[in-house]
Amino acid sequence: MPKQLVSLIIDGQSVSVPAGTLIVDAAKQVGIDIPVFCYHPKMEPVGMCRMCLVEVGRPVIDRVSGQPVIEGGKPKIQFGAKLETACTTPVSEDMQVVGMSEKARTGRKEIVEFLLTSHPLDCPVCDKGGECPLQNLTMAHGSSESRFKFDDKQHQKKHVPLGDLIWLDRERCIQCARCIRFQGEIVGDAVLDFFRRGRATDIVTYSEPGFDSIFSSNTTDICPVGALTTADFRFGARPWEMNSAASICTHCPVGCNTTLNIRREARSDGNMVIKRIMPRQNEQVNEIWLCDKGRFAHHFSASPDRLAKPLVRTGELVTESSWEEALNLAARSLVEAKQDFIVLAGGRLANEDLFNLKALADGLGGKAALYTHMGGGYLTTLAGVSMDTNFGEMGAGTSILVAASDLYNEAPLWYLRIKQAAARGATLILAGARETKLEKYAAHVIRYAYGDEAQTIKSMQKSKAGQAAAEALASAQNLVVLYGSDGLGLEGSASLAEACAGLLDMTGHAGKPGSGLIGVWPHANDQGAWEMGFQPVADLAAEFKNKLVYIAACDPVGDDPALAEALKSARFVIVQELFQTETTRLANVVLPAQAFTEREGSFTSGERRVQRFYPALPAFGETRPDFSITASLAQKAGLELEGTSALLIMNKIASKYKSFEGLSYARLAEVREQWPLVGRGDIYYGGAIYANTQGLGTRLALLEAGSLPGTKPVESKRPSESELLAIPVCKIYDRGVTVLPSTLLHPHIGDASVSLHPDTAVRFKVQAGSTAQLTVNGTAYQVKVLVDEKVPASVALLPRSMGIPINTPATISLKAA
Amino acid sequence: MAHILLRHRDIPDINKLEVYRKNGGFEAFKQVVTSMKPEAVTEVVKASGLRGRGGAGFPTGLKWAFMDNKNWPHYVVANADESEPGTFKDREIMENNPFQFLEGVAISAYAVGAHAAYVYLRGEFWQVAAFLDERIEDMEKAGLLGGKLFGTDYELKIYTHLGAGAYICGEETALLESMEGKRGQPRLRPPFPPSFGLYGKPTVVNNVETFTNIPMIFSKGADWYKALGTADSAGVKVFSLSGRVKKPGNYELPFGTTFRQLVYEHGGGIINDRPVKAIMAAGASSSIIKVDDKALDTPMDYASVRTLGADLGSASVIVIDDTVSIEWVISKTVEFFKHESCGKCTPCREGNYWMMHVIERMEAGEDVEANTELLLSVAKQMQNKCLCALGEFATMAVVSGIERFPDDFTTSSIGGGHA
Ligand SMILES: Cc1cc2nc3c(=O)[nH]c(=O)nc-3n(C[C@H](O)[C@H](O)[C@H](O)COP(=O)(O)O)c2cc1C
Ligand code: SF4
Ligand code: SF4
Ligand code: SF4
Ligand code: FES
Repeated sequence: MPKQLVSLIIDGQSVSVPAGTLIVDAAKQVGIDIPVFCYHPKMEPVGMCRMCLVEVGRPVIDRVSGQPVIEGGKPKIQFGAKLETACTTPVSEDMQVVGMSEKARTGRKEIVEFLLTSHPLDCPVCDKGGECPLQNLTMAHGSSESRFKFDDKQHQKKHVPLGDLIWLDRERCIQCARCIRFQGEIVGDAVLDFFRRGRATDIVTYSEPGFDSIFSSNTTDICPVGALTTADFRFGARPWEMNSAASICTHCPVGCNTTLNIRREARSDGNMVIKRIMPRQNEQVNEIWLCDKGRFAHHFSASPDRLAKPLVRTGELVTESSWEEALNLAARSLVEAKQDFIVLAGGRLANEDLFNLKALADGLGGKAALYTHMGGGYLTTLAGVSMDTNFGEMGAGTSILVAASDLYNEAPLWYLRIKQAAARGATLILAGARETKLEKYAAHVIRYAYGDEAQTIKSMQKSKAGQAAAEALASAQNLVVLYGSDGLGLEGSASLAEACAGLLDMTGHAGKPGSGLIGVWPHANDQGAWEMGFQPVADLAAEFKNKLVYIAACDPVGDDPALAEALKSARFVIVQELFQTETTRLANVVLPAQAFTEREGSFTSGERRVQRFYPALPAFGETRPDFSITASLAQKAGLELEGTSALLIMNKIASKYKSFEGLSYARLAEVREQWPLVGRGDIYYGGAIYANTQGLGTRLALLEAGSLPGTKPVESKRPSESELLAIPVCKIYDRGVTVLPSTLLHPHIGDASVSLHPDTAVRFKVQAGSTAQLTVNGTAYQVKVLVDEKVPASVALLPRSMGIPINTPATISLKAA
Repeated sequence: MAHILLRHRDIPDINKLEVYRKNGGFEAFKQVVTSMKPEAVTEVVKASGLRGRGGAGFPTGLKWAFMDNKNWPHYVVANADESEPGTFKDREIMENNPFQFLEGVAISAYAVGAHAAYVYLRGEFWQVAAFLDERIEDMEKAGLLGGKLFGTDYELKIYTHLGAGAYICGEETALLESMEGKRGQPRLRPPFPPSFGLYGKPTVVNNVETFTNIPMIFSKGADWYKALGTADSAGVKVFSLSGRVKKPGNYELPFGTTFRQLVYEHGGGIINDRPVKAIMAAGASSSIIKVDDKALDTPMDYASVRTLGADLGSASVIVIDDTVSIEWVISKTVEFFKHESCGKCTPCREGNYWMMHVIERMEAGEDVEANTELLLSVAKQMQNKCLCALGEFATMAVVSGIERFPDDFTTSSIGGGHA
C-alpha cells in the first residue's frame, strides 16, 4: 500500500513526501542539503553528531477541539525553543523547517567548532582530503580562527591497523559510528565497536583476526573523515589527480557496478595504473557497496606476468612472434582441422567475445563449449529472472530459496541483498548440506547429505522441515530460487537446476515476472555464455583428442593436471589468455588478450542483467580484445566477423538472440535517478561512492519456458568406511589467476586446506593445524588440516582453486604427512 | 511525624521480613493482586499525585498508563543507579527498608501486567545487590514472589542487575541499553520506555524512592498521600543534605519544607555558623542558587524551586558557604561531567573536554577574565544541542555560577580557596 503523503515547507519550498520520511531526506528530495555526519540514508538514524540542526515549526493544536488553530486562513505555526536534528525527526503535516536561518546556521557552526577541537585538520596529508565531508563542511560552516588551544589537542595513534586491509587514524575519527553501524546493521558482522567513553572514545575491532568481514572496505567510503583508509589505497593518490572509468566487477556473477580510479604515475614507470576501485551506485545490483574482493583483487590487470606478445611454438621452442605470424599459423591449422575443432571458452569473457567465439565455431562447423564445473544454465535462460525481479525491493510476499550455495563466499553482494530482503519480510529458505552464514536469517533450513541435493528439492514435502518450507514456497507471490555448486560438479548441479526449475514450475511460478531461477555461477559472465547457447561438455579429455583446441580465458590444465595428457593428444592448441598458465605452456600458439580494464564490452550477470564496462587503461603491450582476436582468426580462416567495434557486436547479439532483443549500447547506458542521491557535491550524505552516469544495464527478456525437463536421478557418491569423500566448496579469496596477483589478499588466501569434522579427523588420525597428505586421482598434495564442528561427518571440504584439482565430489585418501 | 519511607528509623529490624509483615507489609500487594484490576491500581497512583523521584518529577501513574498494551511482555525496572553527586537516599532505603521498596516494585509490576521486574544498581552497590538478592529469596520462600501469588494466576519474579560504573547509566534509556548488555549510551527519544523499553518491550522505569512510596499509598489511600506536600508536589521526599552543614544526611520531609528549615532545623546550620552563600538543589546537575533570605524561605517543591532559576531534581541539596569559591565548585562539576560524558554526541563529548581545559588554565591563573568568558561561551554553545540531559546538566553550574557569582571569577579570587 502506498504511504500517505505529508506536505510541509522546507526553507520556503513546498514538499510532499510519504509519511515517516525524515526531514533530511525530504529536504534532499527537493535539492536542499542539510549537512550531516552520523546520518546515512542506508542506516537507522542515531542523532549523534548534532550537525543537522534545523528550526522546526509545527501547527498549534487547539486543546479543546484537537484541530489546528487557524490564523489569517493558515494554520498557526509555533517554532520550538530548541533546534532539532533533521536526521531523527520525521516530517508531519504543515510542518515548517528552516535550515537557513541565523539560528540554525549558528548551531551548525558551533557543532563544527566542537568537532574541530579534537580533529587534527591534517588535510594536506590525509587520504580523504578532496572528498572529505568534514573538510567541505568546515569550509562551509567553520570559523577561520580557532578558539581552542592547540596544546589542548588530544594526540592519538595515527596508524592503527584494524585488520590487515583497513587502517584507522584515531585522531581523525569523529565518533559518528557509521562504520560500527554499517558492520552491525547492514552486514551483520558486528566486529567493530566503541571502546571507552567521553572524549576517550575509540573505534576498536572485537574480532580475531581484526576487522573480520568481507565488506570491511565500504566503511572507508562512508567514513565522513579520513579516519578509515584501505591498505591498498592509503597514501596512494589524491582524489583530484585521478580519472575515472565506469566498469563492472568480474569476480562473481553479481556484477557490481564500479568506478576505476586511474592515474599515470612516476612510481609505476610512467604508466597509467588503477589506484582504487570504488562502488558505483546501482540500487538494483550492489546499491552503493562492494565486497573486499571486488575492491582489492584488481592488481592482476597490471601484473608484470601479463602476456604482452603472441607466442608460437616450434617443437620444444617457444618464441615471441608478430600477430601476423601467430594468426596465420593458427588460421592455417584451423582450416586444416576442418570441422574437427572445439572452442573452449571461460565465463570471464565478455558477451561480445563469446558471440564471436560461438560464431566462429558455428560458421566453420566446429563445437563451442563453456568451461565450467557448474551446469543447468540453459534452465536459467528459460526460467530465469527478468525485468520485474529486483533485489532492492524483495520483501513480504517473496520467498527466496537458496540451494547448495554459500553466498557469503560465492556471491557476497547477493548475501547482503538477501539478508536485507529477509529483514523486509521475505521468507528465506536455505537448503544445504552444511551450515552457512546466511542461515542465521533463514525462516526454514533444510539439511541434506551431500549427494542428495536434487532429490531433496524434489521431495521437499516429505521431511518435516521441508514441509513448512514447501508451503512457504507454494504460497509465495514471487519465488526466486538461487542454486549453486557447493559440493556439486557439472552433473550434480545440472540435476539440482532441473529440480529447482521443476519446483518453480510445480508451484506455478515459472515464467512469472518477479520469480525465477538464478545460477550462482563461478564466473562473472557464465550466464552470458549460456544465453548464447554455450554448453559445458562432460568429458574434456575425450573432446581434446586429435582435435584442434581453441581455448579462451580458462586454464583447464592448471585446474586439473590430468588434462595435460589429453591436451597433448590434441592436433593443435590455440590459447587466448592474459597470463602464462599451465594451459598456455602446452599451446602451439598463444594470443595475448586485453584485460577488461583496457577495452569495452558487456557482461550478463547471474540475474540476467546486461551491463557495460568501459576502457580505463591503455592496452598492455601488444594485447588485443578477445573479440577482435577471434575475428582476425576467423577472417584468415575465411569467415567475416565484426572485429573492431564491441558496439556493433552487441547489435548483432541483439538481432540474433531473442533474449537480447532490443538491446544496444545506448540502452545499456541509460540511467535514472536513484535514491539515495549520492556522488554529488554533498559528499557527506552518501559517502565517496560514485553516482551512476554511465548506465544501469538492462535485464534480458524472459523466454518462452515451454515444458521444463524433469530431473534425471544422479547417483550420489557415498564413500566406503575407509574412504573419504572430498567436497568442492568455494572460498572467497582463492588462488585464481585474477585474485592471486593482489598480494595484499595473501594472508586471507592462505594455504591449501581441508576441513574435517572432529570425528573424521580422529578417524583419519590427523590433527587440527597439522599438514596432511591428501591423494586425489592418484596425485598426492600437502594440505593444512582445519577442524570444524560444522562440517558433516565423513566428508572433507576442499576449497576450489586452491591448487588441488577438485571440480566434482571425489573419493580421496588422507593421512598425516 | 512517623516516617513514610525511612520507616526503619521508627521501626527497628524492618529489614527483616517478619518485622516488615508484622507492620502491615505486603498487605497492599495482596490487596491489589486479589481484589483490583491492574488499570484500577494505576488510577490510584494517578490520584495520589505521586511524581517520580529520580529527578524529572514525571507523574508516576501517568507513566504507567502510557504502557503500550499492544506489545507484550511488559517489564518493570527500578532505577537504583543513584549516581548523582550528593544523592544517597536510595541506598539508605534499600539497605534498611528493602521490603517496602520491593513491594512497591511488585505492585507496579502487577499494575502494568509485568511478570519480570529488575533492579538496576550501580556497580559500586554490589553489596546492596547481594543484600537485595537475599531479601528477594526471603520473599520467594514466603510465597510473595513466584507463581500463583495469593492463590491467583499472577506470577512475578524480581532480579537484580549490576551496572559497571557509569553515571550515564542512571539515564533510563542508557540503563536499558546497559541491561541488554550493550554500551551504556542513551537512546534517541521518542520512543520512550513505556512504548519501547527493555528488549524493545514496553517498560516502566522508576526510581527506588518512587517505588517505596507505593505500598503506603495503597495502605493509607491516595487522598491521604495527596494531602501531604504541596498542590504541585504531593507527598514526602527524602532530601539528601550535604556540604557545609553541621548535620549532613537524609531527611524525609513533606514537599514544601523551606530551604531554611532543612538547613537550620534539620541540618543544624552551617559549620562555624558562617553564612550560606549558595545551594545546589539537584546535586552536580544544579543551577547554583544564589542564596538570600528569599531563597532560604522558598519552599522545596518542583514549581517553587524553579522560580529561583533552578530545579529540585532528585533533591540532593548541597550547601555552600562563604568559604567556598564557586569557581572551585564548577571546576569539580566540569571534571565530573567530562569524566562521565558517554561520548555519544558531539557537544557534550567535545564541550566538556574543552571546558575542562579552560578551567585548568583558569586554576593556573592564566588570563582569568578571558578564559571565564570563553568558558561561559562554550557552556552556552553546548546548551540545547545535546542528545540527552547529561550534556545540559554539565552546563548548569557553569552558566549559573559565572553569571550569578562573577566575583569568584577574577584574577584575584582564583585560588581564593575553599574549605
Ligand atoms: C544523566 C542522567 C542521570 C540520571 N541518573 C539517575 C539515577 O541515578 N537514578 C534515577 O532514579 N534516575 C536517574 N535519572 C533519571 C532517569 O532517566 C529517569 O527519569 C528516572 O529513573 C525515572 O524514574 P522516576 O520517574 O521515578 O523519577 C538520570 C537522568 C539523567 C539524564
Ligand atoms: S572511523 Fe570514521 S566512520 Fe567510524 S566512527 Fe570514526 S569517523 Fe565515523
Ligand atoms: S559481490 Fe561479486 S561482483 Fe560484487 S564486488 Fe564482490 S565479487 Fe565483485
Ligand atoms: S549528552 Fe553526553 S551523556 Fe548524553 S548522549 Fe551526549 S555525550 Fe552522551
Ligand atoms: S545528528 Fe543528524 S546527522 Fe548526526
